Amino acid sequence: MTFIAPVKFAIDLLAVLLLALGIKGLSKVRSAREANRLAAIAMILAAFGVLLNSQGTIGISINSWIWIICGTLIGGILGALIAKRVPMTAMPEIVALFNGCGGMSSLLVALGVALFPSADSSDGVISESIRNFSIVVSLFVGAITFSGSIVAMAKLQGWLSTPSWTQSKARHFFNILSAVLALIGGIYFSIDGQNGLVLIVFASSLLGIGVTLPIGGADMPVVISLLNSYSGVAAAAAGFVVGSQLLIVAGAMVGAAGLILTQVMCDGMNRSLVSVLFGGALGVGSVASGSGGGEYTNITSCSPEECALTLEAAEKVVIVPGYGLAVAQAQHTLREVTRVLENADIEVTYAIHPVAGRMPGHMNVLLAEADVPYEQLKEMDVVNPEFPATDVVLVLGANDVVNPQAKNDQTSPLYGMPVLDVQEARTVFVVKRGMNAGYSGIKNDLFDLQNTSMVFGDAKKVLGDLLLELKELGVGSKG
Amino acid sequence: MSFFSEALWVLLLGSLLGLELIGKVPPTLHTPLMSGANAISGITMLAALTLIIKSGDNLPLLIIGSISLGFALFNVIGGFLVTDRMLAMFSRKKTRK
Repeated sequence: MTFIAPVKFAIDLLAVLLLALGIKGLSKVRSAREANRLAAIAMILAAFGVLLNSQGTIGISINSWIWIICGTLIGGILGALIAKRVPMTAMPEIVALFNGCGGMSSLLVALGVALFPSADSSDGVISESIRNFSIVVSLFVGAITFSGSIVAMAKLQGWLSTPSWTQSKARHFFNILSAVLALIGGIYFSIDGQNGLVLIVFASSLLGIGVTLPIGGADMPVVISLLNSYSGVAAAAAGFVVGSQLLIVAGAMVGAAGLILTQVMCDGMNRSLVSVLFGGALGVGSVASGSGGGEYTNITSCSPEECALTLEAAEKVVIVPGYGLAVAQAQHTLREVTRVLENADIEVTYAIHPVAGRMPGHMNVLLAEADVPYEQLKEMDVVNPEFPATDVVLVLGANDVVNPQAKNDQTSPLYGMPVLDVQEARTVFVVKRGMNAGYSGIKNDLFDLQNTSMVFGDAKKVLGDLLLELKELGVGSKG
Repeated sequence: MSFFSEALWVLLLGSLLGLELIGKVPPTLHTPLMSGANAISGITMLAALTLIIKSGDNLPLLIIGSISLGFALFNVIGGFLVTDRMLAMFSRKKTRK
């Protein structure tokens, strides 16, 4: 069966091409959906290529088929179920979960080859020392990806909080110890080819936990994006283990693309990757040191009724949605409120901060789910010059992204972060559950300003009340 | 050229391609892109498949391979479906307009 090898080669090339086109297409709104399908087709092709090649060369036993089908069905069905059911607000968690499983898969492959070198599927194209080294990398990165992703998911879900010891210097000691242990295990295995496996997996898992656990909720998306990049690296390492070029190229692409995305997210939040990874939760240290702290002196609070009266008289309204809106599941109620306003010929736009929600672009997804027209969503650079001409700004569950300290106070930890200049508008309403600080733990000077009023309450309830008040005022009823 | 040096070239070029491909991404698409790239990283399913095929009658290895395949497909299928769900919301807006 000499034609098998060229066919397999052609399939692999086609798969790589489609994957590259897929990633490329995912970066444009118009082509994104097709691109995603293209990438999915590439994966099916690639799997088909492996099966065809094996069947044609060494044959696939019935036994193997049974195990392949079992794994495929169980993993595939569970994945499909979760993908269909998960609410859009939980998207970051679910990406973390999927990602962790990808890392686990690479880890298991490396473990399998390490435990049973007879199953070495690279057909001797890779020397033993390089294979062992690849196994070590795959185990190391795979374990970090898995444990880190699971911790990230648990933290976002609120199953895990940030233990206080992780904010002390002790965590650096813990992490360095884990890293050193993993390194020892790695060196041991590279030389010996048998021992050290348990040590690598155990210590790398601890490292993944130790690095992720201290990181505050606001920085979690950056971590998930980074772990996503790692799972690409783990896949590439697994490619070296089993001698598959396709795996190496796909893993490398994801690894590099993930790194870029991580950088973009860091820029959006004005954080450096180093400070995200090693700085602990933002705010814990900074508030203690006094900078950006302090008490509120001039808080004005008002009822939804007053808010409705002001909105009625407005001509131009800008909505600033934040994660609080998503948590309260209030995006649909918000949409109803804006419909009423639009019916009254009030201009409504949404100002989307690059990191609104939990991940960049997360808020766009949530608002799209609530049927908000895509054209009404405006990015920060577009909307900022418009604030002085805006009558009312409604801040819903956002905090740090509207903090003027980032512009005015050089001592603030937020200084330099791009923010929405909502204070330029005539009136600002901030809907918030209480006076708690945002994720950064930093006081928001906006709340103290003359033109700012706080409307306390859960975003969904406040918006519901607002809707009633507006209807009672006859706003938008066209009569 | 040995497989290893070839593989290193592939690694290098693949990384460069990845860096280049998502140079300019509108913020709207960050989340779907992350989720899509995440699904692609489940490509380790190929390694898992190979492992199962090569393991012959070695039961522990078959089991490890099968679990690995399950994890990978969980990632791949879940990842692509969830990405599609997100993107469907954007494209629906487009057609309605």
